[in-house]
This record gives sequence, structure tokens and C-alpha cells, in this order.
Amino acid sequence: MSNSKTRSLALPVSTQVLTLVIGLSIGLIFGLGLVVSGMSNPAKVRNFLDVFGAWDPSLAFVMGGAIAVGVPGFWMIQRRLKPLLTESFELPTNCGVIDRKILPGAAAFGFGWALTGICPGPALTLLAGNGLVAVGFVGMMLLGMLVGRIIKA
Amino acid sequence: MLETSFTPLASLFGGILIGVSALLTALFYGRIMGVSGIVSRLLPPRANGWNQQWTIAFVVGVIVAPLLWQFATGTGVTAQFVASPIVMMIGAFFVGLGSVMGNGCTSGHGVCGLSRLSLRSLSATVTFMGVAFLTATVIRFLFQGYI
Repeated sequence: MSNSKTRSLALPVSTQVLTLVIGLSIGLIFGLGLVVSGMSNPAKVRNFLDVFGAWDPSLAFVMGGAIAVGVPGFWMIQRRLKPLLTESFELPTNCGVIDRKILPGAAAFGFGWALTGICPGPALTLLAGNGLVAVGFVGMMLLGMLVGRIIKA
Repeated sequence: MLETSFTPLASLFGGILIGVSALLTALFYGRIMGVSGIVSRLLPPRANGWNQQWTIAFVVGVIVAPLLWQFATGTGVTAQFVASPIVMMIGAFFVGLGSVMGNGCTSGHGVCGLSRLSLRSLSATVTFMGVAFLTATVIRFLFQGYI
């Protein structure tokens, strides 16, 4: 009896472990991408945006590299019937039209991004070992997100 | 003004890693790898039909990555802040609010959306990049690059 119980639990538990291990691995690859590319350094981001200052065009190459693998990759993946670990694709389908409702939000994001040189991904890579300012950044970012979630709900 | 060196190859390679992680997210979980969407859905109110298991693991991975890099290479990760603490806090709030109201940030719209040839993401990306270039330029001319 205990055997059958173990067996009925075995598959979901291993799938859960796989989900966590792969999620962690993808996060590590993404985080290393931010570090290697220089996105994790706020000065590098600001210098990309500050065309009339000490302009550093490196970040155009980050976007270029990501999209160069992204375009063919997404095209191939979206031909699949389902993802490997979940039942169905949950990718946005409203992509063909400009959605005016999101543009003020995008503008507010661009303003904050330029002020600080930090977007949400690098906020996470900066979290460890950069003192109270980095922790405060994540805290205030989460507060902004919470307000946004409440407004949208 | 903090000088940074032009690093086309490292940035291209890092960008490829970012693209690969976006593809793996779609392949395994069928989702967009958008950091603002992933992080904001860890907050209340609870999102329907959203599996938080892999997203928590993902966030841990992103936080740990620079520590792993430091351990593996023996060199620290360069992080130079470009604003005073008070401006950092104000900016952080706008980053959080704006990315949620705009349905995405650099990763979701800029990487995933553009890769999927989404007009919606293109309009969002052009908007946030445009405002960011403008803001940085205003900071340059009114505040000599630092506020």
C-alpha cells in the first residue's frame, strides 16, 4: 500500500523538482547574461542613454544579441503544440495592434530607468552586495509594482 | 560623469545569453520571460492561472548569478550608481509602477516582444526608450549628468 502511495506521488514530485531546477537554471543564465553584457552596471546603462555625455553604445549589442537568437527561436518554439513542462502556451496574442493604454506606463518606466540606470532584471542582480541603496531600490520598485497591480485590478 | 568602456563583444555575448534564457522560458513554461511580470505577480493580489513555482526559482537564480560569477572568475561585478539615494528611490518607484502599467519592461517588451515581432511591444519599447533618452539628456544639460 505504501508502495502505491509512493508511486502516485513520485511523478508530480519529480516534475516539481524539475520545474524548480530548470527555473533556477534559466534565472542563472539570464543573470549571467546581465552581468556579462554590462546591463548590471547602472553607469553603463545611463551612458547608453546619455548620448551627449560619455556615450557608450554597448547596450545596442545586448539588444541585438538577444533579438538575433530570439527571432528564430520564438518562431520555432511557437510551432510546438505545447511547452515541455506546462500544458499550454500562455503567450500574448494581442500583439498586432498598438495598445495606447500601456504607453503612459511605458513612459513612466522609461523615466525611472533613465533616472537610475536600473530596470527590474538588473535590480535583482544588484541586490546582493551593493548595500542599502540596492535593497531600497528593490523595495521601492516592489511598492511601485504593488500600486500598479492594485490600480489594474 | 562615470566613463564606461565600449564592450561590443561581451555585450553581444551577454545579449545572446539573455535571448537564450527567454527562449528556454517559452520552451519549458510557455511564458514570456518578463522580469516585471514575474516579480510583480509574486505580490498580491494573486494572479489567476499563474504558477509561481518556477518564477520563484527564476528570481533566486537571477539574484545568485552575480555571486556565482564572482566565485567562478574571482572578479567582482562592477556596479556604479549614477544617482543620489533619494533619486534612486523615486526612480525605483517609477520603474515598478511604470513596468506594471506598461505591461512589461526591457526583458518582456524589449527582448521577448520584439523577438516575437509584436507591434504592441514595439510601441512600448519605442516609448520607454524615447523617454529614457530624453530624460538622460535633460539630466545631462540641467544637472551635468547627476541628480
